[in-house]
Amino acid sequence: MSKGKFGYFDPKKPLENRITDIGPQRFEQFLPPVIRRNYGKWVSHRILEPGLLVHVSETGEKAYTVRAAAPRLISVEYIREVCDVADKYCNGYVRWTTRNNIEFITDKEDTAKALKKELDSRKYHGGSYKFPTGGTGFGITNIVHTQGWVHCHTPATDASGSVKATADVLFDYFKSMKLPAKLRVAMACCLNMCGAVHCSDIALLGYHRKPPTIDHEVLGKVCEIPLVIAACPLYAIKPFTTPEGTKSVTINNEKCMYCGNCYTMCMALPLADSEGDGIAILVGGKISNRISGPKFSKVVIPWLPNNMPRWPEVTDVVKKIVEVYAGDANKYERLGDWAARIGWEKFFEKTGIPFTEKSLDDYRLAVDTYRTTTQFKFTEHAWAVSKAVGGI
Amino acid sequence: MGIEGQEHLWDKEVKGHRTYNDIRIYSDEQLKNYTDEELKNFKIKHATPIIDELEKGPWPSFVSDIKREALHRKKLGQENLMMPMEACEDLLGIVELSYKEGETHWKHGGIVGVLGYGGGVIGRYCDQQAKFPAVAHFHTIRVNQPSAKFYTSDWLRAFCDICEYRGSGMTNLHGSTGDLVILGSVTEQLEPLFFDLTHDMGVDLGGSGGNLRTPSDCIGKARCEFACYDTMDLCYDMTMTFQDELHRPAFPYKFKFKFDGCPNCCTASIARSDMAYIGNWKDDIRINHEAVKSYVGGEIPRNGGAVQANWGPFNIQEEIIDLCPTKCMHWDGKKLSINNAECTRCMHCIAAMPEALRVGADQGLSISFGAKAPILEGAQLALMTIPFMYAKKPYDSLKDLVRKVFDWWIEEGKNRERIGETIQRVSLKKFIEVLGIPPMPQMIKEPRSNPYVFFKESEVPGGWTRDINEYRKRHPR
Repeated sequence: MSKGKFGYFDPKKPLENRITDIGPQRFEQFLPPVIRRNYGKWVSHRILEPGLLVHVSETGEKAYTVRAAAPRLISVEYIREVCDVADKYCNGYVRWTTRNNIEFITDKEDTAKALKKELDSRKYHGGSYKFPTGGTGFGITNIVHTQGWVHCHTPATDASGSVKATADVLFDYFKSMKLPAKLRVAMACCLNMCGAVHCSDIALLGYHRKPPTIDHEVLGKVCEIPLVIAACPLYAIKPFTTPEGTKSVTINNEKCMYCGNCYTMCMALPLADSEGDGIAILVGGKISNRISGPKFSKVVIPWLPNNMPRWPEVTDVVKKIVEVYAGDANKYERLGDWAARIGWEKFFEKTGIPFTEKSLDDYRLAVDTYRTTTQFKFTEHAWAVSKAVGGI
Repeated sequence: MGIEGQEHLWDKEVKGHRTYNDIRIYSDEQLKNYTDEELKNFKIKHATPIIDELEKGPWPSFVSDIKREALHRKKLGQENLMMPMEACEDLLGIVELSYKEGETHWKHGGIVGVLGYGGGVIGRYCDQQAKFPAVAHFHTIRVNQPSAKFYTSDWLRAFCDICEYRGSGMTNLHGSTGDLVILGSVTEQLEPLFFDLTHDMGVDLGGSGGNLRTPSDCIGKARCEFACYDTMDLCYDMTMTFQDELHRPAFPYKFKFKFDGCPNCCTASIARSDMAYIGNWKDDIRINHEAVKSYVGGEIPRNGGAVQANWGPFNIQEEIIDLCPTKCMHWDGKKLSINNAECTRCMHCIAAMPEALRVGADQGLSISFGAKAPILEGAQLALMTIPFMYAKKPYDSLKDLVRKVFDWWIEEGKNRERIGETIQRVSLKKFIEVLGIPPMPQMIKEPRSNPYVFFKESEVPGGWTRDINEYRKRHPR
């Protein structure tokens, strides 16, 4: 590849030798030989221990896979170290999973075990593992997440840090497979959810609590006002001319749900606010069709504070939810199916999460989530209502 | 790559393949330019006491990692870097400031890109440019990952060199949509970067903005016995077929393809893609009766060995038969039988006994449309629209379907409206008319409970125009 400011590119002749529309590299050339030989011929698999899988082909060949966690945000020095390990054990072949795990594939069990041992031995001076193996079966695998304060303009919290803090707390579950079913945790640092978390067993979601603050001085100059008005899903934005005659907008704060869609359209409407911003917790979603269909995660805590660098309020509640679920759910039962079976009133009772008026939906189609049957279980929440009306 | 005849450019198993050495930027000495002792004692130029706390604990620390890259850049020196040497140090500095203040310091993106493309690069600037000049401009470049994210070290090392030389040395592997993400470049470096990516590495940019986003897929037939079609090939083929839609935004908003080989949906197609291709089969689950007995006898661990908790002996009645959502399975104490006509292919029995049960052999895919995260009209899961299609090269019927969808949505979709929202606004009824398919009960959970049915004028004998005088002859005022 080229060196120097412009390298092989000639700014005076930008179209010369230009290559476009070539797409990604063709995948076959990156497949380890054992995968090529058995492509489409796999018949079954087993997890031999957390982080080590074997797939068996109809040809009788076996492919051993060692799975290790990686952060999503990684340096080229980190990738080069992954390459060193891949060169040493897998003739340079390596892959990533959709959940930011790294997988090394070999056709020899001994090689896989030695490789696994080496991955688990590599640590940073700060104390953390570089490539902890695990993340298989009925445990908690890598937490997918978004950019946060490392790289984004709309976050209500950091992503890499809140995930690191949460993954530290859940580490034993990454290294083992002792849950009733798999449990997926995901983190998105604002409502845009570029890392869609809306169908995760446990989702952390960055949430703003203050309407945008308006930069009247520049808004009319840098933003298209009709587009800004149209961007609001709740019709809370109206055109406005300041006493000085500057074109701008006003926001009906009562209507605003802090989604930031207007900020995406217009830089003069920032939302970030250290007092307003924090993390919501959603639970019970899934994407697989196994036993029950895919479902959305449900908001069980509308907001917890950003308490950097470890977010203890967030990690405590996540750990609590996992522990209660682990102790109470049936075999193969995902978190959302467990909560639905025992009833959400029991979910709140067992986890000790306070049920507040904010858990009563007040957005569109809210009535879909209201209970319309006399089938319910008695908990302290119910007695409080009975007492409040003088019924008992 | 997409250049014909070069599909094995990087293939280690083919003689004369391209290697890292052919195109590398850095020498071995430059790559191994610091000792472990130096790394241990290295201090970046900013004090970062808050995020230093995140170096502790077992999970891999991104802070430790960025520091290592900071040291490597420092030892390389500015003469060997086109982006500021201190980019990683300033990145940690600005993140520390956010941890201290609780607010982001990245500004709204600007419009940047390479000539002729409307996507693939996202402009990014920081709002504390005097304090952190090395990350003042810090653009994101999306690079189209190969199917199922398989690599060789040769290719990855070359990718590392260019990320370090013309970027900050920080990446995302991978971004949420699936791209390889190069973090931290500047506008004037985009063209040289693009030139080397396309010429030397043979790879193109991914999507951003109102276009087809970089398609992504599960591991499919490469290493999964559940895969009902070749996800890797279809993902690649569709990416190549729709390059124009990917690079040149002409859509109302983003549009995502995701390819999952079976209803387990490991790539989350059903929750995250506008058009989800989900592997499925239409014949019977294949049963190995001997292996079923082995599960019952406790000789094979349940669920592929995924269970470490003490569940006691395998109980086929409790763990399989009773959990089947359609109750279409029967165990008579000796033999397992399945009433396949009643099966909805949830995959529980297959996942729980993978050595005894296999997905059917008559395989293809189902297509669902319109999944998305909550912004704006609320989250949607994908709507079951096409029950089954074969997915065989050259995939013509799939491509015809995609073109119908694009043509309609470009016309009908409003600015920043995902197709799921367009379908919601104009109705599923209208959408299937566009696709030219009949309605089927599989499209709904249950029939509508409101009777507010719209009829077309042509459906009602005599039409809607009536003569009031004729009416009054029958019904005086």
